[in-house]
Amino acid sequence: MKDSSQTIYQALKNAGINFVVSLPCVNLGKLMEMVECDIDVIHVPVNREEEGFGICAGAYLGGKKTAILMQNSGLGNSVNVLASLYKLYKIPIIMIISHRGTEGEFMNAQVPMGEATTGVLDALEITYFNPKTPEDALKLISKAVTHADMESVPVGILLEISFW
Amino acid sequence: MERIEAIQKITEQLNDELIICNIGFPSRELYAVKDSPNNFYMLGSMGMASSIGLGLALAQKRRVVVLDGDGSLLMNLGSLVTIFNQKPNNLILVILDNGCYGSTGSQCSYASTVNLSRVAEAVGFKNLFLFWNEIDFSEILNINESIFVHVKVEKGNADVPVIDIEPEDIKSRFIEEVIGR
Ligand SMILES: Cc1ncc(C[n+]2csc(CCOP(=O)(O)OP(=O)(O)O)c2C)c(N)n1
Ligand SMILES: [Mg+2]
Repeated sequence: MKDSSQTIYQALKNAGINFVVSLPCVNLGKLMEMVECDIDVIHVPVNREEEGFGICAGAYLGGKKTAILMQNSGLGNSVNVLASLYKLYKIPIIMIISHRGTEGEFMNAQVPMGEATTGVLDALEITYFNPKTPEDALKLISKAVTHADMESVPVGILLEISFW
Repeated sequence: MERIEAIQKITEQLNDELIICNIGFPSRELYAVKDSPNNFYMLGSMGMASSIGLGLALAQKRRVVVLDGDGSLLMNLGSLVTIFNQKPNNLILVILDNGCYGSTGSQCSYASTVNLSRVAEAVGFKNLFLFWNEIDFSEILNINESIFVHVKVEKGNADVPVIDIEPEDIKSRFIEEVIGR
């Protein structure tokens, strides 16, 4: 089986993503390093995911193809920007989301937001994919990017604990 | 100085800069003073002006001017830290500081007791400008580093209409201006 982080990185590269913002989750560490080391990708670490969405919206206005790397809790931090900036103006972005609070979670504290995550995405009418394996991710991220570009909308990639 | 006067004085001195303008009356006032495809009017996402400006500045070479508000900067104060660390050389962050949430009825913000210039200075900003009456951008436009411009303005809003451009059109004409040439 392919390496999970390497596959996500490859899928983002294949799709032409060249501007990435991030806020760590334990599962995102390796992916963040790969993005940081890539001189063809602008990588901006942020203090809060909402801010990251603002930065990516600006980068999109400047011609970049953007992605955010975040934990699902960061989605909770970003509801308003997704509605009143992304949805309002029709702005695309790929959201690579480490979905904590899913099967195999060792911290109970992650469960409430973990369970709320798909409901929040549904409420925002955001399309999301749920790849279970790296092979799956390669295909679905490519599909997600096409959808985001065609419809000019955010698309989520939910990566459960078992994925990593 | 009223906020609309400040906006007028600033835009008069700009040439070809891209403007990201804060939600509420600031955008309406800019629209009334001088509409242009160079302007991105925010209609929501309070707090995001400085972040949108940072992303735009990092993504392309043209100079970006953010017209932000004190209340909005306070909502996303971490943005100052990110801007300082990313060090775009084409970003001018202007805070139109009326010490209040002007667009919602001028309720006091904490900028009435905390000096935002000193916050920016503590974060590390080297290029700091403070204006009370006159606004002079001649020196500012010659600096190729991130710049923090603090403009003190009076409370209150000008009697100007709402922006009658669809959000998608604000976006697409702006993108065309940035990328389409
Ligand atoms: C998240 C969120 N909270 C509250 C509001 C309501 N609101 C709209 S504009 C505004 C005031 C912004 O104040 P400031 O940035 O200082 O700009 P000013 O109007 O004073 O120039 C507020 C509170 C909002 N639109 N979004
Ligand atoms: Mg204000």
